[in-house]
Amino acid sequence: MANHHDHHDHAAEKQYGTSPKTLKAYVAGLILCVILTLASFHIVEHRTLSNLELFVALAALAIVQFVVQVVCFLRLNASAEGRWNLMPFLFSIVVIAILVGGSLWIMYNLNYNMV
Amino acid sequence: MTTQALDHHDHHHDADSMDIFGFWIYIMSDCILFATIFAVYAVLYTNTYGGPGIKELTSLPYVLGETMALLASSFTYGMAMLSLYKNKKSQVMMWLMITFLFGATFVYMEVNEFIHMYLEDHSWQSSAALSAFFTLVGTHGAHVSMGLLWMAVMMIQLMKFGITPAMNRRLTYLGLFWAFLDIVWIFVYTVVYLMGTI
Repeated sequence: MANHHDHHDHAAEKQYGTSPKTLKAYVAGLILCVILTLASFHIVEHRTLSNLELFVALAALAIVQFVVQVVCFLRLNASAEGRWNLMPFLFSIVVIAILVGGSLWIMYNLNYNMV
Repeated sequence: MTTQALDHHDHHHDADSMDIFGFWIYIMSDCILFATIFAVYAVLYTNTYGGPGIKELTSLPYVLGETMALLASSFTYGMAMLSLYKNKKSQVMMWLMITFLFGATFVYMEVNEFIHMYLEDHSWQSSAALSAFFTLVGTHGAHVSMGLLWMAVMMIQLMKFGITPAMNRRLTYLGLFWAFLDIVWIFVYTVVYLMGTI
């Protein structure tokens, strides 16, 4: 009977290939993202680093926060079912890297040759 | 429970999974859209046509406020989903309203920034850098605005239909979309506002 009830529980979480959504994951995600965001703004406002160091630090902070949000809020994972979501996700990252990296590379060279 | 009923249930479950997967593919294609606009911005942001750059036109504390509003809305949307799984309709409604308010705060602040820039003669027509700026930030803002419209419709539907399997699926779609918008914003504030200020 309990089983029967479960099958018709409209509210129960359906995971669709993600990790279960838990309060713990959301709170951890929120705290980490707030810290990472404040860190990004802090290092730009109080410039103790050189420009190159700032660029590297900002990129690193953004990528860490990206991973935190993907894991804690989107709940992507590498399980058998989750891989269906993960594969197009990784493919998109490759396409984005080619698009953005390629554009910058080509345009930088054009710019260089024009001067 | 008969085998037939089980099959029926499984079919529904699979169909829902396929739908969500399809929506996930849409979100990935939207990522590519943002990537092209980011590439354009990265190429053009120095071409200010003698005018002020992003550095002179924006205020970091203001952008930090926007960022926190959007981050908070991502968290409260998660709370709405958790309430949904506990079958508490009024709590879902409350969290959706809070999420909506945070999202609306974000859009209001962004539109306010745009109006200020426009009135000070720094519009999308001023330079290539500003065209790229308004396109990138504006496209993100348009997505958030659509998300807000969608959320308003979801609140009306929740009031009418209560918590049903269809509502569960629709709120899962919106949750993916909303989390995706916050993720894109990480890169907008880092690349446009923070790196632009260096």
